[in-house]
Amino acid sequence: MDILIRGFLHALDLIVHLDPALREVVILSLQVSGAALFISIVLGIPTGVWLGLHTFRGRQILVALLYTGMGLPPVVVGLAIYLLFSHQGPLGNLDWLFTPKAMISAEIILSFPLVAGFTMTAIASVSVEAPQQLRSLGATSTQIVLTLLYEARNGVLAAIVAGFGAIISEVGAVMLVGGNIEHHTRVLTTAIVLETRKGNFDLAIALGLILVGFTFTANWFLLRLQGRLDPRP
Amino acid sequence: MLTPTPILSLRNIRHSYGRRIVLRLDQLDVCQGELLALVGPSGAGKSTLLRLLNYLEAPTQGQVMYHDQVYTPNTLPLAIRRRITTVFQQPYLLNTSVYHNVTYGLRLRGNRNGQAIVEEVLRTVGLANLRNAPAHTLSGGESQRVSLARGLVLNPEILLLDEPTANLDPANVRLLENIIMQANRQRHTTIVLVTHNIWQARRLAQRVAFLFDGELLEVTPTEQFFESPRHPKSAAFIRGELVY
Repeated sequence: MDILIRGFLHALDLIVHLDPALREVVILSLQVSGAALFISIVLGIPTGVWLGLHTFRGRQILVALLYTGMGLPPVVVGLAIYLLFSHQGPLGNLDWLFTPKAMISAEIILSFPLVAGFTMTAIASVSVEAPQQLRSLGATSTQIVLTLLYEARNGVLAAIVAGFGAIISEVGAVMLVGGNIEHHTRVLTTAIVLETRKGNFDLAIALGLILVGFTFTANWFLLRLQGRLDPRP
Repeated sequence: MLTPTPILSLRNIRHSYGRRIVLRLDQLDVCQGELLALVGPSGAGKSTLLRLLNYLEAPTQGQVMYHDQVYTPNTLPLAIRRRITTVFQQPYLLNTSVYHNVTYGLRLRGNRNGQAIVEEVLRTVGLANLRNAPAHTLSGGESQRVSLARGLVLNPEILLLDEPTANLDPANVRLLENIIMQANRQRHTTIVLVTHNIWQARRLAQRVAFLFDGELLEVTPTEQFFESPRHPKSAAFIRGELVY
């Protein structure tokens, strides 16, 4: 209990004094996760909409792959990215290994299936009658898709939350491909691992609290957004 | 009498879903300003016919013409497409307020000056006091009125109605029939009304088309359809003897 309180106080102290080392780790965490989430959304939502609205040969295979992707073990993804970007790997000449770019790549692979998969389910749950009726009211194809996204907004926001949750707290993959290098690839999760191993429990707890704080804030924001978008009686 | 101008015409239509042929129809003209009732037992192909007229589906074979021009759902210009709208039997309402449902079509058109007509239509269909209610809290009859309202505010050239009074109580039926009549007689909206209720057809329509098993058995002026139907099946349907 004592250690928890000390950790909490230490966290407050670090936050209040804007500790430069902490700030660096926090900013990199947000940059890496933010970039990965942004790319996952840009790729995942259109993919989800497409799969939710169309039937075609091979769709089932794609959906099965997507579902598999939703449960991929992060370390396995890390290993794959590691091999891809290592010097002997097919993309070795990019020199991305142990850089934030490699971390972002790994996180995209982890969050894209979640964003696309949940978006697909959300879109598919809107009535099959909807597109035709919207078209009859004069909607263009783009307007139909935008309306359906709005109709499925709760599911789509849940997709984004799931994607964010999978990467902000991810450690295995970013540790493997980023290497937890100080001032370069150290993020909140890898720093927690390091400080715990070093026995700096109060610092580890401080970092942990900040991480949980971020996750909570992001989810709170999305939940508020969901509430604001819903009609009230 | 002036020669009626066909506004929508179907020619040599064969429409099928998989192997099942649901429509076989050589010719049907919907004339400008008329109210044409499409009657027939359930499963006769009435709703399918409306989807073809609204260019929501392309016929497997045959042509759908707007003012004598052949178009398909893909070649129909957006401006023309937006002159035709359908009020569906089971309306899909957006998960938002009544008001936003009714103004949806106007917003799609970038029209933000429709305030006056929206208010008028909301009053006409008796939804003015429910304007802020979430659509999912409405009864079946109220939903159907929202669906009619969102079509009416667009002031369409052609209004296609698929059983618009199917879920309503008698008072509401009369209200909606009056609204439909008004749109046709006063605003000169061309209306195709699908109904299984032949008395409604008799009350509202100038012409009646009788569809049976995907085939158009007759299209005649309303009086004639009821007084001296040409086809024995029409006569049986009017007498209530045609079960399908």
